[in-house]
Amino acid sequence: MSKAQAVAYKQGDYKSKVKPIWCPGCGDYHVLISITRALAEIGVAPEDVAVISGIGCSSRIPAYTNCYGFHGVHGRSLALAAGLKVARPDLTVLITSGDGDGFSIGGNHFLHACRRNVDMTYIVMDNRVYGMTKGQPSPTTEPDWDSALSPGGTGLRPFHPLVIALASGANFVARTFSGDPNGTARVLVEAIRHPGFSFVEILSPCVTFRPDEKEWKNMVHTAPVEPTDDAARAARRIMTDDGFNLGVLYRGHRAPYQPEIGTASVDVADLEEAFLL
Amino acid sequence: MTNLTNIGDLLAHAYQIEIEAVERYQMLADQMEVHNNSELEKLFRKLAYHEGQHAEEIRTQMTDANVPELKPGEFRWAGPDSPEAVDLGDIHYMMTPWHALQLALKAEQQAFAFFDEFRRSASDPDIKRLADEFAEEEEEHVAMVLKELEKYPEPDDDWDDDPDPPVSPE
Repeated sequence: MSKAQAVAYKQGDYKSKVKPIWCPGCGDYHVLISITRALAEIGVAPEDVAVISGIGCSSRIPAYTNCYGFHGVHGRSLALAAGLKVARPDLTVLITSGDGDGFSIGGNHFLHACRRNVDMTYIVMDNRVYGMTKGQPSPTTEPDWDSALSPGGTGLRPFHPLVIALASGANFVARTFSGDPNGTARVLVEAIRHPGFSFVEILSPCVTFRPDEKEWKNMVHTAPVEPTDDAARAARRIMTDDGFNLGVLYRGHRAPYQPEIGTASVDVADLEEAFLL
Repeated sequence: MTNLTNIGDLLAHAYQIEIEAVERYQMLADQMEVHNNSELEKLFRKLAYHEGQHAEEIRTQMTDANVPELKPGEFRWAGPDSPEAVDLGDIHYMMTPWHALQLALKAEQQAFAFFDEFRRSASDPDIKRLADEFAEEEEEHVAMVLKELEKYPEPDDDWDDDPDPPVSPE
């Protein structure tokens, strides 16, 4: 009998005793609730889950869970997570990131993680601003967002993560809103269970530097169409939506990348020998 | 209306409402502790304590009933979340007891409405009796919060003015 069958896990089993230091009102509190709810729904043992992150407010999540975690280098969480999943395919691997860490500093890793299609789930809390470093525009910031650090706005076309994910080969693409923790948890359950690289963008308001995003709760709406397995069709839909369509937008059928492991002809000592001075 | 057809289902949902409320108030208390708002921290811990007591009362009733062990997605709420859920987006680091009690009042009123509607639509006398009990309990909570609110007048409009804000306009 597996651990999941033997034990019914509660949401609280996935939470650590570390108190989050996000700003009160931050959408990331809801995301933490959704992740722990999703894991309880799936029933995977906390010690069989690894939560990997880079740098930023959203990347603090591994410390707030009771799972294995790695708070890694800025923008490099996907490379780390892919290595872990390939070496330990038995683990459920989640990566938590933000729009700065994930699409700017880690932008190149994002493309290739989608392309490789390793079986893991990438959760990006998109608040369209660098919150931890006090409010600089990020790749997803609107071109006309006026702030002290970007007077008059950047004038730059925002990065479109969902379309980039589709074009690069992600096998599951969805968008949710942090203010709907149960809806987000349901999508995360599906994303985690779906084979291959799953990408979930969670619109998560930054109440400190983007108080205007409190209005998101009145702007989001369920996508009026069923998920498709046609990437071109999904891309057309996403390119023409208003950015607030929620739900699973694409489910692909590509087989995950998983090389055979344990077949290396050299051991760690052999590898180390090459580096000895 | 939520389709709860037996005592076990009703107890499972009632217990979950209280457990989630405890966790939520503890989370809010932790937020206030981290942000040095000790008055609010104490208030949220007090609210968590009261919810915990109610949860314990329900738990003792669960021992003799056939209560299903439900996963998070198996609860059948009337809305997207459990009736006592509050919008964590409404939390502010400078909020006052008046704001916190307004949140609590809304949560308790939603919980009362949940059980009130349920007791009105229930046909089984045992389920109706239990739903009556829960509705009355939530009504007491509403009254308790309203009484507490009498101590705190609504703050002025500038309650969130911060002389050292996290973001400077210049």
